[in-house]
Amino acid sequence: GASLLGVAGRAHAQEELEPNSLEEITSYNNFYEFGTSKTDPKKYADQLTTEPWSIEVDGLVDNPGRFSMEDILSQFDIEERIYRMRCVEAWSMVIPWNGFELADLLSVAGVQDEAKFVAFQTLMRPEEMPGQQYPILEWPYVEGLRMDEAMHPLTIMATGIYGEPMPNQNGAPIRLVVPWKYGFKGIKSIVRITALAEQPPTTWALAAPGVYGFYANVNPNVDHPNWSQATERRVGGGLFSKRRDTLMFNGYEDEVASLYEGMDLTATENI
Amino acid sequence: MTFSQRANVGLRKVPSWLVYLVGGAIPFWSLYLAATGGMGVEPINALERELGELAILTLVIVLAVTPFRRLTGISLVMHRRALGLLSFFYVLCHLLVWLVLDVQDLGRVWADILKRPYITIGMAAFILLLPVAATSNNWSIRKLGPVRWRRLHQLTYVISVLGVAHYVMVQKVWEAKPLAYLVIILVLLATRIELPRRLSPAEKG
Repeated sequence: GASLLGVAGRAHAQEELEPNSLEEITSYNNFYEFGTSKTDPKKYADQLTTEPWSIEVDGLVDNPGRFSMEDILSQFDIEERIYRMRCVEAWSMVIPWNGFELADLLSVAGVQDEAKFVAFQTLMRPEEMPGQQYPILEWPYVEGLRMDEAMHPLTIMATGIYGEPMPNQNGAPIRLVVPWKYGFKGIKSIVRITALAEQPPTTWALAAPGVYGFYANVNPNVDHPNWSQATERRVGGGLFSKRRDTLMFNGYEDEVASLYEGMDLTATENI
Repeated sequence: MTFSQRANVGLRKVPSWLVYLVGGAIPFWSLYLAATGGMGVEPINALERELGELAILTLVIVLAVTPFRRLTGISLVMHRRALGLLSFFYVLCHLLVWLVLDVQDLGRVWADILKRPYITIGMAAFILLLPVAATSNNWSIRKLGPVRWRRLHQLTYVISVLGVAHYVMVQKVWEAKPLAYLVIILVLLATRIELPRRLSPAEKG
């Protein structure tokens, strides 16, 4: 029912939803667990073992426990969502994800009333994720959402792209996708989801506070210290591709702006 | 003949024009690769980084010429001018890719120069490179005289520090490669520091 929301957005943004090719989506990635270059994930992510896999769900939930990938894939309705993906580095793609709403998983877990945030954690396995052998970030990678963001119908747990199981370099076997936020919020290869009363720490905000925040909503009016966020370049346009204007909330303003009513989105504590 | 003597004879046989030709062709080869899919699905950023790294690598070689000769007896000094001018050429290409292909907007280029410290620093390095490159010829050495010319070309030390700072700062995290370049450049510059010579007993008289 909510699947229409996946392709919704502002009218002028609709025509841009021509997905990137699988080749593009799997060749240009930020996944620092496999190296800091955009091409490292494709080169090294095949070392990652994704079977067996399970997600530990704990914290302020009525039904804590382990969800195996088999449970997840059989229990939830996997649908296609074509979303824009805007990286904080001012490039973007359009990706046809397969996945299910995070809200479905959280409702099975039975989130308690005191839980106001959700924390996520990536697998920690330095022998297969060589980037974790270097202290470039604090490992394992952690992310978080406010509960209303986590429950929003646009927020999905993605398990595939183009109908194929999630490629390793894109966060196999299961990752978060929050299309109105910068790509780094979309934590990959998730092994743990925890419901919390307090706001959890997030990896990039720990690495550079004031540069990357907890919210990380796509916002053309708030620059990164090193570059403007007003425009972006769509990957795949070649050597002479034109920049395009970045849209507020990455084009999902109609759906999500109400979540942030009354918040000054240019204030450092809200970036 | 010792190994270093033989190496020096060999190096002297390499004509300057060949260094200019091969070095000067590299950015065109990179541009060709970027235009034909050889630099991945986001070629603008790849090309920009490649040219920047090439510039800093060449600058490191230039700075290494003197310490390398002291250490090994092998001298690249007859190719130092060509390498220096090539480094300037790579910086120029890097700047053009940023300006024309990446930012695509002169107003924003100017705003970035004023607003973003790493770009301000990179641009300062480029501006300091201009007089050094412009005087990399025999006529300028005669005109300025060797002392003034040498002092002007010591700007290379400042330029290399600014250049590598720009490289370190553009990364989102403290990356190993730019930091390694920073350490190498600082070590090469340290070899220029003249330590106060301790007087030998004879000199003390």
